[in-house]
Amino acid sequence: MAGLELTSVKKSFGGVAIIHGIDLSIRSGEFIVFVGPSGCGKSTLLRLIAGLETTLEGNIRIGERDVTTADPGDRGVAMVFQTYALYPHMSVRENMGFGLRMNGVDKDDIRKRVDRAADILHLDRLLERKPSELSGGQRQRVAIGRAIVREPEVFLFDEPLSNLDAELRVRMRLEIANLHKRLGATMIYVTHDQIEAMTLADRIVVLKDGLIEQVGSPIELYDDPDNAFVAGFIGSPRMNFLDAKVVAVEGDHTTVSLVDFDDIHVRLELERPLAVGSAARLGIRPEHFDASAEIALTVPIEVIENLGGIAYAYARTEDGNPLIIDIKGDRNVVEGKDFTARFDAARAYLFDPETGLRLR
Amino acid sequence: MTDRQKQRLLHRSIVTLAWIIGLLMFFPIFWMILTAFKTEQQAISTPPLLFFEPSFDNFLLIQERTDYTKHALNSIITSFGGTALAMIIAIPAACAMAFKPSHLTRDVLLWMLSTKMLPAVGVLMPIYLICQKFGLLDSRFALVFIYAMINLPIIMMILFNYFRDIPKEILEASRMDGASTFAEITQVVMPLARGGIAATAFLSIVLCWNEAFWSIVLTSSDAGTLVALVASFSSPEGLFWAKLSAVSTLACAPIMIFGWFVQKQLVQGMTFGAVK
Ligand SMILES: Nc1ncnc2c1ncn2[C@@H]1O[C@H](COP(=O)(O)OP(=O)(O)OP(=O)(O)O)[C@@H](O)[C@H]1O
Ligand SMILES: [Mg+2]
Repeated sequence: MAGLELTSVKKSFGGVAIIHGIDLSIRSGEFIVFVGPSGCGKSTLLRLIAGLETTLEGNIRIGERDVTTADPGDRGVAMVFQTYALYPHMSVRENMGFGLRMNGVDKDDIRKRVDRAADILHLDRLLERKPSELSGGQRQRVAIGRAIVREPEVFLFDEPLSNLDAELRVRMRLEIANLHKRLGATMIYVTHDQIEAMTLADRIVVLKDGLIEQVGSPIELYDDPDNAFVAGFIGSPRMNFLDAKVVAVEGDHTTVSLVDFDDIHVRLELERPLAVGSAARLGIRPEHFDASAEIALTVPIEVIENLGGIAYAYARTEDGNPLIIDIKGDRNVVEGKDFTARFDAARAYLFDPETGLRLR
Repeated sequence: MTDRQKQRLLHRSIVTLAWIIGLLMFFPIFWMILTAFKTEQQAISTPPLLFFEPSFDNFLLIQERTDYTKHALNSIITSFGGTALAMIIAIPAACAMAFKPSHLTRDVLLWMLSTKMLPAVGVLMPIYLICQKFGLLDSRFALVFIYAMINLPIIMMILFNYFRDIPKEILEASRMDGASTFAEITQVVMPLARGGIAATAFLSIVLCWNEAFWSIVLTSSDAGTLVALVASFSSPEGLFWAKLSAVSTLACAPIMIFGWFVQKQLVQGMTFGAVK
């Protein structure tokens, strides 16, 4: 097992910079998830680590070795592709053994190792089939099996479950979590799915436009985001942002008033006080509205989405800014009527409106 | 007449028309084969004879006067050899172009194809002189090399299109699995495109087999192909239709028999070749 170290890794395609300089240190055995909006460079970063793209600037180390210029096959990494990328002309057994065969492992050994991996992934009875004779979930398991027989130091997954249906996705997610426990290998996983990211990750790396916005455990990112982008990206539905203005500063307490509402004051504890009159953005998560809280916002409800246990109300402030409220199944909230949502100042976050940085 | 009947009539007339055109196109070949079994008198008789007592005299005469087996062997060696050489060059080249394309790939392909627009006589002098200087006139080696070169652009074009259909991820997966470039081509690309490769090879063999210009210009008795044999019969004895037909039949027969045998695999390969 080995950790991974990226030092100012950059990448451009045809003169267009895509990855702008990534520094990241991954501990041995860690489960890292890359998230970020489409096109932010998650796959590119993964492919740089895999060696499928050449790294011209920066350094990549796996364990003690500098692999910046090493061939993909010599890096001790295995990759599971979104499209599975199985060899269509080979049986499941041949697919899984191909990497070992290419590395000159002898036949008996290949057979044993493939059998062991097939056992872990419940593929025993499918070994003689061709990929075209497998279901999507089975193909994905073969793709994972092909990765594990090689006993790599680092596993790379690029949205491995996105082609599966919802139920299978949950099952495979658990299987991947179990696999990680069992193998203890370092894993890097790219996903669009919040739940996958939150449940699988030891640490999440939030990327945007080829830069790391924040790295931290799922709970750290949720509880203590460094900027408005991370705050909005982690958590579902996304955090509400309201324009605010600093009206008073006393010691380490700053009071802001909400621009969209008359006479609503929120008193927050900040380490670094702000100047009176400066603008800020106040963030509050939909699930942090609470009927027994102190600050009350009255808004007209446009739409209610009732999911049974949970219900979200979509409202709009007078100035037209959207507000999503988790109404916790309250049956008294009605579409088209006003509703008073309450929150505690302690639950609110403050951000710089220009830079998006968190004001602490 | 109902619409249904009209449609059926239309369908039938199209099928009939297709058969008529098909038979018209086949007729010369049929007539050639028929004439091969006639005597010279029967061959030029008016009205043309459809029913007669077949004779093998023409074939025996050809074998007596020339060496059919040697020419057939030359044809086989030059067309299979030329194709093999071209494939050995084209497969890795097409792989490189399909899987590592650059912004110039299209231009390179176009340029390759453009060489096919040059009439062969345009390079007759230089090639003839080169062969002469290196003692390669009337040698199978020269023909193999020239056949490989003249078919290379078409082979490249077809293989490139087949290879482009292979998902890039499959090759990336093999690179992750530690496959060398050679293994990538032989273990992944070639099996995946085997239908396309077989079809391309067959096309190239047929093109080589039928190639007339270079084989007539550059060879005589030693390396002469079947086409050259036919040509040798046509000039001095142009009016001996029965013999000419017999030698032409003999020239076509091997490749037609070969095509008949591989057609099943060919069709199968081409339809199964699609990777998904
Ligand atoms: N081979 C390439 N040539 C040119 N541009 C590329 C290439 N690969 C990726 N890009 C560009 O790099 C950017 C990042 O792509 P990448 O695939 O890494 O995004 P991503 O974060 O994985 O997105 P998604 O979530 O949609 O998969 C995109 O703007 C893409 O257009
Ligand atoms: Mg991607």
